[in-house]
Amino acid sequence: MNSMGRRRSRATAVSAAGVLLLVGACGSNDEGSAEETAAAIDCAQFEQYGDLEGKTVSVYTSIVDPEAEEQRASYKPFEDCTGAEIEYEGSREFEAQLPVRLTAGNPPDIAYIPQPGFLKSLVEDFPDAVTPAGEAVVANANEFYTPEWVEYGTVDGTLYATPLGANVKSFVWYSPSAFEGAGYEVPTTWDELMDLSQQIVDDGAIPWCAGIESGEATGWPATDWVEDVVLRTAGADVYDQWVNHEIPFNDPQIVTALGAVGDILKNPEYVNGGLGGVTSIATSAWNESANGIPDGTCWLHRAANFYQANWDEGLEVAEDGDVYAFYLPGKSASDKPLLGGGEFVTAFSDRPEVQAFHAYLSSPEWANAKASVTGQGWFSANSGLDSSLLQSPIDQLSYELLTDPSYTFRFDGSDQMPGAVGAGTFWTEMTAWVASDKSDQDVLTAIEASWPSS
Amino acid sequence: MDWLINAGSTGHKFVLMFVAIMLFVVVMGAILLAVDRPKRVPGWVVAAAFLGPTVIGLGFGLVYPGLRTVWGSLLDSKGKDYVGLENYVRVFSEDQFQTVLRNTLMWVILVPLLATLIGLVYAVLVDRTRFEYLAKTLIFLPMAISMVGAGIIWKFVYEFRPDQPGVNQIGILNQLLVWLGLPPQQFLLSEPANTLFLIAVMIWIQTGFAMTVLSAAIKAIPDDIVEAARLDGLHGTKMFRFITVPSIRPALVVVVTTIAMGTLKVFDIVRTMTGGNFGTSVVANEFYVQSFRIRDLGLGAALAVILFVLVIPLVIYNVRQLRIAEEIR
Repeated sequence: MNSMGRRRSRATAVSAAGVLLLVGACGSNDEGSAEETAAAIDCAQFEQYGDLEGKTVSVYTSIVDPEAEEQRASYKPFEDCTGAEIEYEGSREFEAQLPVRLTAGNPPDIAYIPQPGFLKSLVEDFPDAVTPAGEAVVANANEFYTPEWVEYGTVDGTLYATPLGANVKSFVWYSPSAFEGAGYEVPTTWDELMDLSQQIVDDGAIPWCAGIESGEATGWPATDWVEDVVLRTAGADVYDQWVNHEIPFNDPQIVTALGAVGDILKNPEYVNGGLGGVTSIATSAWNESANGIPDGTCWLHRAANFYQANWDEGLEVAEDGDVYAFYLPGKSASDKPLLGGGEFVTAFSDRPEVQAFHAYLSSPEWANAKASVTGQGWFSANSGLDSSLLQSPIDQLSYELLTDPSYTFRFDGSDQMPGAVGAGTFWTEMTAWVASDKSDQDVLTAIEASWPSS
Repeated sequence: MDWLINAGSTGHKFVLMFVAIMLFVVVMGAILLAVDRPKRVPGWVVAAAFLGPTVIGLGFGLVYPGLRTVWGSLLDSKGKDYVGLENYVRVFSEDQFQTVLRNTLMWVILVPLLATLIGLVYAVLVDRTRFEYLAKTLIFLPMAISMVGAGIIWKFVYEFRPDQPGVNQIGILNQLLVWLGLPPQQFLLSEPANTLFLIAVMIWIQTGFAMTVLSAAIKAIPDDIVEAARLDGLHGTKMFRFITVPSIRPALVVVVTTIAMGTLKVFDIVRTMTGGNFGTSVVANEFYVQSFRIRDLGLGAALAVILFVLVIPLVIYNVRQLRIAEEIR
């Protein structure tokens, strides 16, 4: 198939996928010219990248189908206008395989790294492989992202990676219709949340459901719990010191926070609705653990905005629907810490087409293209993102909270810690914390002991 | 040249694979022909031509990586600085690794013995019965299932739901308990019983292998020996104890050691079913976790070396027994 025919078939696929970038017809020449087929997309925005016909950029990520399909769809405008081809490869073994590929001298052009801690160790271990961001990328990062988000992609003062997607974790899922039926109010402070839990117990039900089983990554949902509560009981400054190991992992303030988590997760009266006793938290799959909310066996489930992908398709996710989420409240109504995360685009080559694609991914054009092809479960911290394109109410709420200056945003702590802790003992010790009732102090001391010395 | 290095489509990859295989055949053929053609070639040239490629392949594919791993086990977590035996000291002194070693020991002792025992008894029981064919097929079937698949199947078998109104059991084992009026159990949670429940999966897979080999060995016992024993008044368990087992001893040893070697490397079952949590990790799983998830390269290499050292005596014993068995024949 010649390149023109290929482009035409691609353009058909684009319109079929419903890419709604109808900003205007681009300078189409006579019929049959290459540009004609990309008429639905405003190619003027892409002129800065130049003609990349015949060039290929390989992308390696942990994002697999069905989300990968949306990723690929969001690259169409770039591919159609510049002529470059994006070779997408998603792998569940991404984190294990990327260092192997780097060691072997076979890096992808672009990788999406979900943890700043992992990025940092890659830059330290493979200084020659990770490529600093180019001028256009740096300009985009500074223009469209807050300094905090730019900082997550920066190692030792050099910007390597730019944010791709974002998520907000400080949510509690509940059933608005059930709340209305029982006359419960959405709590606005931590104390109200605890009162509500007690109220549900008094009414004869088990309020919370929780599950932290996630295959090899078992334990991570519990680390999110701890991080969220550290932000609430100790504050953002202590949180930063804790994440950066300026205070020990088992600092008394963290012990207090873990105790507060235990007040919910280790209270047999509060957990584990529909799933068993406290220990069942360790063996319940995290992506199924909230099914008790529509089933009526539990009322509350703390999980990120992306949990919406795990609900049955028949359920309506909306403020007045079957399930929805409220912000996990802070100590007071004005204390609003927000825990979240995201992945970061890192380049391993400075070829012009790679830098161009990196720049595209850090631009609002990409964010909007991605938003319009994604049904639910995605948003970005890009300030150029048109939030009206987000198709799910929870995504819109997440974006709203993320861009609201009254909320204090903090990035997922375990994702910033060294791998031995953030993807190691923090997971396993939290699992032991619920599975074998290991004490708060012992858990935190064991994690502290595993923190790498260098 | 670019066409030979970068394959884009699947079709291209297949063509490349074919080209590579042809290239290999041509080169090997050329070498062998070159050695064969002239009449008086010194013996060492022939030997080198035949053995050379294999030795080089083994050197690059096995010996070099092996030595690299041994060296890597003496380096720090980043694989840069020399730390001596520190990694080994950690493996043998820290609590979490002692659990790992204990579990590996449980696996290596229980799986070969139980799988072989059950396979042997089963082989004797179904030998020359009417349903032999069907019975053997049934017990052999799990061999065809991958360990990951088996892990997933058994995870459902052990699945736990609370005994609570409106909640139904999913796992068959807990449903049986509930039918018997007993409370459902979280089989995979409490240490060290959960390791036994994982071991059951491996036994389920390996029994078929043991049964097949041992059944063939039993059938190979000469009829005159069996007849003579019968005339001497041996029946039932005595026949089993004094004739069957001694006659198939070499096969038994091979089966036990082969299963033991496979068990030492067990990784898939643990990873699929518990991810090594709740104190169920084994050396192979821990090696993967340390090397690739936690990225402590030195410790991962040390665990790999320990695994290697543990397998060596089994391999030697297995090979020796195979030799003895062949000499007898």
